[in-house]
Amino acid sequence: MASPMRIRAAAKEGVTEVRVLMSHVMETGQRKDSSGALIPAHFITELTAKHNDKVVLSAEFGPSVSTNPYLAFKFNGGAKGDKVAVTWVDNKGETRTDEVQVS
Amino acid sequence: MNNQRRDTLKAGGSLGMLGLLAAVGLIKPEMAQAAWNKDAFDAKDMDAALAAVGAGKPAESAEISITAPDIAENGAVVPVGVVSKLPKTEYIAIMIEKNPAMLAASFTLPEGTAADVQTRVKMGQTSNVFAVVKADGKFYMTKKEVKVTLGGCGG
Repeated sequence: MASPMRIRAAAKEGVTEVRVLMSHVMETGQRKDSSGALIPAHFITELTAKHNDKVVLSAEFGPSVSTNPYLAFKFNGGAKGDKVAVTWVDNKGETRTDEVQVS
Repeated sequence: MNNQRRDTLKAGGSLGMLGLLAAVGLIKPEMAQAAWNKDAFDAKDMDAALAAVGAGKPAESAEISITAPDIAENGAVVPVGVVSKLPKTEYIAIMIEKNPAMLAASFTLPEGTAADVQTRVKMGQTSNVFAVVKADGKFYMTKKEVKVTLGGCGG
């Protein structure tokens, strides 16, 4: 299972800023290992962020996104103590969801 | 837009649900992948990538700004941010012209989410970075050149 995401969600003047650092190899499928064999692609394809069960962002990623992807976005509303949950799915069908409280 | 993705989301209830189903083996990962816009991510040139996201030939707009370094020392981690001041911005895509996979990421923004996203991408070589934005049903774009001194895709 993949490592937890680090999520920060901070509400300020009616806008909540969310920053997510995922832990993922984001292998492109183009690199070769030391013996010359291709390393199979393994990367996050989809990501959904929810604020109290309401979707506030859905994203699709390609292999061009950096290793351990970083993502920051803002949405209107959100108060201290609200829940922000982020879920990703990768091309091997692995998935992970992490949740934080807005601070 | 991607109608298949809409249907899948409706049918599955949520992405989390889909992932859960995949995890317990009820559906295969390939099926869970069906929603992902494969054509767009496989596109080999700008026209194909734009066509795959349904953008056609977007007009250039000064209302979109790309935040990225002029020179990226390390192509493996290039911070890219896109801000759109166009009203009703509902979709943002980041494309890198000279990468093998041009479309790096796309974001669908529901109402209430700011048209302001930041992420980090890999760049194999010096290239134009395009931001494609859909606002009020129309597509717009802007671009910025980022010089890469050390490629991020060769390993």
